[in-house]
Amino acid sequence: MAKIKVEHLTKIFGSRPHQGLRMLDAGKSNKEIREAGHAVGCADVSFEVEEGELLVVMGLSGSGKSTLIRCLNLLNSVTRGHVYVDGDDITAYDREQLLDYRRRKVSMVFQHFALFPYRTVTDNAAYGLEIQRMDKAERRRRARENLQLVGLKGWEDAYPGQLSGGMQQRVGLARALTVGSDILLMDEAFSALDPLIRRDMQHELVRMQQKLKKTIVFITHDLDEALQLGDRIVLMKDGRVVQFDTPEGILNNPASRYVERFVENVDKSQAMTARGAMVRARVVAFDHDGPRTVLHKMNEEDHVSIAVVKRDYTFVGSIGIEAAEQAVKRGDKSIDALIETIAPVSPDTPLSEVINQLAQTPYSLPVVDDDSHELLGVVTRTSVISVLADDVGGSTVPPEDGEIESRSAEA
Amino acid sequence: MMQLAAFTWLASLPYEFPGPEIPLPRWVNTAQRWSAEHLSFLTTPLSDFVKDQVFAGMNAGLEWVWPPVLMIIVAAFAYFASGRRWVLPIGSVIGMLLLWNLGLWDATIQTFSLVLLATVVAVAIGLPVGIASALSPTTRKIITPILDFMQTMPAFVYLLPAIPFFGLGAFSAIIATVVFSTPPCVRLITLGILQVPEDLIEAADSFGSTRRQKLFKVQLPMAMPTIMAGVNQTIMLSLSMVVIAAMISAPGLGQKVWLAISMNNTGRGITSGLAIVILAIILDRMTQRLGRRKHDDK
Repeated sequence: MAKIKVEHLTKIFGSRPHQGLRMLDAGKSNKEIREAGHAVGCADVSFEVEEGELLVVMGLSGSGKSTLIRCLNLLNSVTRGHVYVDGDDITAYDREQLLDYRRRKVSMVFQHFALFPYRTVTDNAAYGLEIQRMDKAERRRRARENLQLVGLKGWEDAYPGQLSGGMQQRVGLARALTVGSDILLMDEAFSALDPLIRRDMQHELVRMQQKLKKTIVFITHDLDEALQLGDRIVLMKDGRVVQFDTPEGILNNPASRYVERFVENVDKSQAMTARGAMVRARVVAFDHDGPRTVLHKMNEEDHVSIAVVKRDYTFVGSIGIEAAEQAVKRGDKSIDALIETIAPVSPDTPLSEVINQLAQTPYSLPVVDDDSHELLGVVTRTSVISVLADDVGGSTVPPEDGEIESRSAEA
Repeated sequence: MMQLAAFTWLASLPYEFPGPEIPLPRWVNTAQRWSAEHLSFLTTPLSDFVKDQVFAGMNAGLEWVWPPVLMIIVAAFAYFASGRRWVLPIGSVIGMLLLWNLGLWDATIQTFSLVLLATVVAVAIGLPVGIASALSPTTRKIITPILDFMQTMPAFVYLLPAIPFFGLGAFSAIIATVVFSTPPCVRLITLGILQVPEDLIEAADSFGSTRRQKLFKVQLPMAMPTIMAGVNQTIMLSLSMVVIAAMISAPGLGQKVWLAISMNNTGRGITSGLAIVILAIILDRMTQRLGRRKHDDK
C-alpha cells in the first residue's frame, strides 16, 4: 500500500472556493477563474508516494507545488479530493485527529528555515516534542541526537541568528527529524542556500535517507536538484500534474502532450532546436589550461563537466570532473589526455535528437557552429526541461532561472 | 449687478440651525449623575481603597527609604537595563540628586507611584484585549474604533467624568490616565502579534501546536519586543497624563507646576518641569531596551 496517496486533489483559494470549483469543472482557464476572484492552487492532482521513497515535486513558481505540499499536512485545507496517509483519509480528520497526525506522522522543513530566533538550537529542535509535553531532559536528549546526525554537534546552545544559512537549515531538518515522524515534507528546503552549500545538503540528505528510510516529499524548482534527489518526480504546471515519472523517464520521453506540441511546433519555432535549448557556457577550459585550473573552474560553477576550446573558441572536447580530479592527484601537467571527444550538436539539431544524445552522456552537450566549429553554448538537462516545461504555446509564467533567460542568447 | 441681486435671498437664510438643539450635554450629564449615584456603593469604597491603601502605602514605603539608598537601587536597575553600561546609572543618580536637592523628592515619588499604578492597570487591560484583537478579526473591527475614540478625545475631557464617580485625587487621576494610555498598549500588542512571520506560524502549526501553545510558545515570544515598546509608550503617556491630572488635584510634580503657575513663579515652574523631564528620561531609557533580544542578529 502506498504511504501517501493523493486522489484528485483540488485547492482553490478565495472566499468562495466552490464557485471557483464550478468554473474549473466548466473548463474555464486558470486566468478566467483568477479574474473572477479565485485562484487555482492545484487542480485534480493525483499521485502516490511509496514508503521510504523520496518523491520530488517540481515546477516553476506559481505551479502549485507549495500549495500541494501544504495540503499534505492540511496547512491548506483541501477544496476537493482526498489525501490518504497509511490508508486514512486525512481530509476527513477532526481537530484532535489532525493535531495528532501533525504531531506524530508528518513534519515539515521550510524554505526560509522558520526557526524560532528566541530559542537555542536545541530548543528549536525539541519544539515538536515540547508541544507533545515530553519532559525536558528527554526531549533535549533526542534533539541533541538529531543535531549530531545533521552535523551540528557543538552548536546546541547557539541561537539561530548566530548560524549561517546552511547551518540554520540543518537545524530545521533536525527539528523535523526529532519528532520521529515517518513523513518529511521539504518545501524548497535548499532553495535559499548558496549553490555549493545546496549541493552539500543534497548529498547529506541522500546519505541520511539511506539510513533513515523516511518517506519524503521534496519540493523544488530546480531540475538538477530534482534529478539528483528524486526516486520519482512529479512535474507540475499551472496547478496540474504534467508528468509523474522516474528521472530517466522524464529525460527520455518528456510527457506526451508536450512532445506532441513540440513536434507540431518544430518548424515554426526556433525554441525547438538545440539553439533554443542551449545556454551560454559560463566557463570553458582552454586547451592550454592545466588540470588544476580546469577542476577549479568546474567547482566554481558547480559543473560535472566542462567544454574545452582553443583560443579562438573552436571546440575540442569535454572533460569530466572525475578525470580532472584524478589528474590533479597524479600531478599531471597537461589536460590533453583527459579530453573526451564528445560529438557536438549543431544549433539546428531538433530537440528530440538532442534529448536522445543527452540521455546517453552524463555531461552537458556542446553546441558548435557547423562552419567555424566555434562553441556557441551548451545544452544541459535543466535547460532542456526548462524549455519543455515552459508552455510552448506561450506561457505567462516567467522563468525563474537565469539560465532559462539566456536560452535565446546568440553566441 | 442684476445677477448678484438674484442671490440676495441667500443672505436671508438663517445662520443658526433651524430647529431645536439636541440636548446631548444634558443627556450625558443626567446619565452621569444617575450612574454616579447608583454606582457609588461600588466606586466610593474602591476609590478610597486605592487612594488610602494602595497609593498611600506605596508612597509611604518609597518615602520611608532614605533617598540615596533608593538612588542606588535605581542605578542598579539602570545598569542592567541599559546592557551593563555606565551612562544611564550615573546620569540617573545625578538627576535624582538634583531632585533631592530641589526639595522635589516626595513629589517625584508620588508621581512615580501614580505612573506605576496606571501602567500596571493599563497593561493588565491592554494585554488580553490586544491578544484578543490580534487573534480575531471580528474583535479587531469592534475594538479599533473604540481605541480611535479613546485616543482622539482630548485627554482633559477624561478628567471631568472621573470626579463624580471617584472624587478628586489620586484614583480619578489613575482612571483618566488608564483611559488615555491603554490604547497604544493594545495597538502595539496587536501589531506585535500580527507581525509574527507567516512561516513561523506555519512551523508552529505543522508540528501540531494547539492555539494556546502557538500563542505562548511562538506568537507572544516573537511579539515581545513590540509588546515592550507598547509598555514603554504606556509609561510615557501615563507620565504626561498624571501631570495633567493635577487639575483634579492629583498629587505629585504636576501639582508643583500648577502651584508655580498660580503664584506666577517661573523658577519653581521650570524646576518642577525639569523634575518631570528627569523622571521621564530615567523611565524611558530603563524600559526602552527591555524587549530587545540578545541573539537577534538578523
